[in-house]
Amino acid sequence: MAIQVLMPALSPTMEKGNLSKWLKKEGDTIKSGDVIAEIETDKATMEVEATDEGTLGKILIPEGTNDVAVNTPIATILADGEDASAAASAPAPAKQEKAAEAAPPAAEAKSAPAPKEEATAPAVSTAAIQPDPEIPEGTEMVTMTIREALRDAMAEEMRRDEDVFIMGEEVAEYQGAYKVTQNLLQEFGARRVIDTPITEHGFAGVGVGAAMSGLKPIVEFMTFNFAMQAIDQIINSAAKTLYMSGGQMTCQIVFRGPNGAAARVGAQHSQDYSAWYSQIPGLKVVAPYSAADYKGLLKSAIRDPNPVIFLENEMLYGHAGEVPKLDDYIVPIGKAKVARVGKDVTLISWSNGMTYALKAAEELAKEGIEAEVIDLRTLRPLDTDTIIESVKKTSRAVTVEEGWQQSGVGAEIAARIMEHAFDYLDAPVARVSGKDVPMPYAANLEKLALPSVADVVAAAKAVCYR
Amino acid sequence: MAAPKKSVAPAGQATSNGATPSSPPDFTRDQEMHALRDMLLIRRFEEKAGQLYGMGAIGGFCHLYIGQEAIVVGMQMALKDGDQVITGYRDHGHMLACGMDANGVMAELTGRKGGYSKGKGGSMHMFSREKNFYGGHGIVGAQVSLGTGLAFANRYRGNDLVSLAYFGDGASNQGQVYESFNMAELWKLPVIYIIENNRYAMGTSVTRSSAQTDFSKRGVSFNIPGEQVDGMDVRAVKAAGDRAVAWCRAGKGPFILEMQTYRYRGHSMSDPAKYRTREEVDKVRHDQDPIEQVRNRLLAAGVTEQDLKAIDAEVRDIVNASADFAQQDPEPDASELYTDVYR
Repeated sequence: MAIQVLMPALSPTMEKGNLSKWLKKEGDTIKSGDVIAEIETDKATMEVEATDEGTLGKILIPEGTNDVAVNTPIATILADGEDASAAASAPAPAKQEKAAEAAPPAAEAKSAPAPKEEATAPAVSTAAIQPDPEIPEGTEMVTMTIREALRDAMAEEMRRDEDVFIMGEEVAEYQGAYKVTQNLLQEFGARRVIDTPITEHGFAGVGVGAAMSGLKPIVEFMTFNFAMQAIDQIINSAAKTLYMSGGQMTCQIVFRGPNGAAARVGAQHSQDYSAWYSQIPGLKVVAPYSAADYKGLLKSAIRDPNPVIFLENEMLYGHAGEVPKLDDYIVPIGKAKVARVGKDVTLISWSNGMTYALKAAEELAKEGIEAEVIDLRTLRPLDTDTIIESVKKTSRAVTVEEGWQQSGVGAEIAARIMEHAFDYLDAPVARVSGKDVPMPYAANLEKLALPSVADVVAAAKAVCYR
Repeated sequence: MAAPKKSVAPAGQATSNGATPSSPPDFTRDQEMHALRDMLLIRRFEEKAGQLYGMGAIGGFCHLYIGQEAIVVGMQMALKDGDQVITGYRDHGHMLACGMDANGVMAELTGRKGGYSKGKGGSMHMFSREKNFYGGHGIVGAQVSLGTGLAFANRYRGNDLVSLAYFGDGASNQGQVYESFNMAELWKLPVIYIIENNRYAMGTSVTRSSAQTDFSKRGVSFNIPGEQVDGMDVRAVKAAGDRAVAWCRAGKGPFILEMQTYRYRGHSMSDPAKYRTREEVDKVRHDQDPIEQVRNRLLAAGVTEQDLKAIDAEVRDIVNASADFAQQDPEPDASELYTDVYR
């Protein structure tokens, strides 16, 4: 009975990859554990090991094929005595299906939050995005992933300023746990691209000390979940020292890394810290959505003389978007962007929350509700003016965040709208947020725990009394 | 000052690398006079601060350095211009030893406009870029990672400067201290970790808080050399400082100095003093006082009481002037509430 070998997933967020090389050819004898092929994504390279024994029957996907979806059959393995013709119609045996389940099957990925669907259609939502006022008209645009935009931003700033360096776990030789720091070691060397031990509290403090002495560190946390070990240095040392020193001691430092939920990584790896850091005077907090903003805002963050928390999102790393081809593209910190113009209701979000907000706006448009979508981009200082201006026009607002509702950013936005535009409101501000539970692992529960496009659509309709 | 069970042995003998001579080299008369003057300044300053606290002129926390003066004064004598200093919350002595102005320090204690942090930092949070003093930190142990970062910056820039990270026997049990030790040795950072072992972390004695009470050995598993030093003898401190500084400047990585010392006053101003006896405190004051040691040596070498009184007078004038300034200087303007949050 022929067995199908399926395209494996390298990570919970992978949906497709390139089949770079076959190491076995048709007719070769295969033992369990043999490496039969190599696959790669923009993030990593992995060897495919056979889990069954027999003969490599037919190679279904030739080497050099790009964008092979996870779980696509790539070859068949024939049991002794079978010939290749048995392979064509062979169903994948139960054993193989089980293996496929261990990695998130494509169907599951499809049903998970909206950003995953977007990965297969890069830049889908940028169509809805308004032209950016920071980009001069007629500027040539290049399409790149957010991962590349971040890398380019760091590389440009490191070329520009010798005092800028990056430190963190696996940023150098491994090329970044999420491949964000790819090739930085090759360009800048080990003096400026520094692999740290797994010691968040310690290296955050070392970074802050270096910043106090005038260097401009970029400290990468593999994820912001791990930065909880370092939060004392971030808040007590980085954020407060300028004030405590009467303005003498500056701390020009960027703490960056993925924040919030990825996919199926459980409660300890899925927390959104937007609200936590945005509460702290002395910190600036940036959480972009589009590739261009990732680039322009990271460059601003590196140049900013204050400690900046730069919240990225793992789900967005592989997303491609248009980035202006300019020598020095900067997006100012503290300025929100109207990502979609509308008149009936204002949807306010940032980072991956924008995925739900923009899709919801499309859905709402089909029903005749024109939503204005604001991408905050920066959470501290919060651009209250842009929010208020929009709410004065629409008289209705919905906040969208992946984090928890209590004391969340949405709560703050609602309060500010009440303070500054109470008389303009035709309905109470609605909040769409992550549910009030630790993040579950099970795919269906995780989906329920996160906000959804449907949640946003329902909230928008509710405030429009539709 | 040795740990209690070893207190009969002269301090400074036990070493991890066998480098400490049994008796420290003599100071020149100028060095003795300098050490006496700086230690006296710290002591009189701290006594005055205690007095002002009692009068309500200083609020909040106030941790006095009385008894430990030889450490910062001796270490400072081993440094060169540009070397950096960072410490925890018992920091007034460090600031004065670094050459910071007594008026500015005292005015910060009283929360006045002319304080080093414009009155916004307080006792535990003062800084001076000019004097390379990087604080003044209130979270126990945080300054160890920060001081390691200062050393990182020196190495990054390729200069030969050294940073001194002071912390106590209590802070020695914080996790980030060891995270810092590991990185410092791994990257050969020029940082001297100075553990001021005054025998009590607040009210908890080292024997009740530490599995390894020989703090010079706290870097053993990272291959960081360490020495136990008689922190009551300014000559021993300076000599150990010289060795550690030479080690760091030569690019050999970090060094640990355990300074065995004693705090005469309470942990802070509200210390109940129930954890040790009056006799214990008096015995150290009588037998090992760092200032009396220098004074006695100078008198034995022929310096007159008159000469020493002149130093006393100079120091008292500085301290009294600082107290006057700190009480007369206005509080910061209300508009300062919102300044210095962002640059």
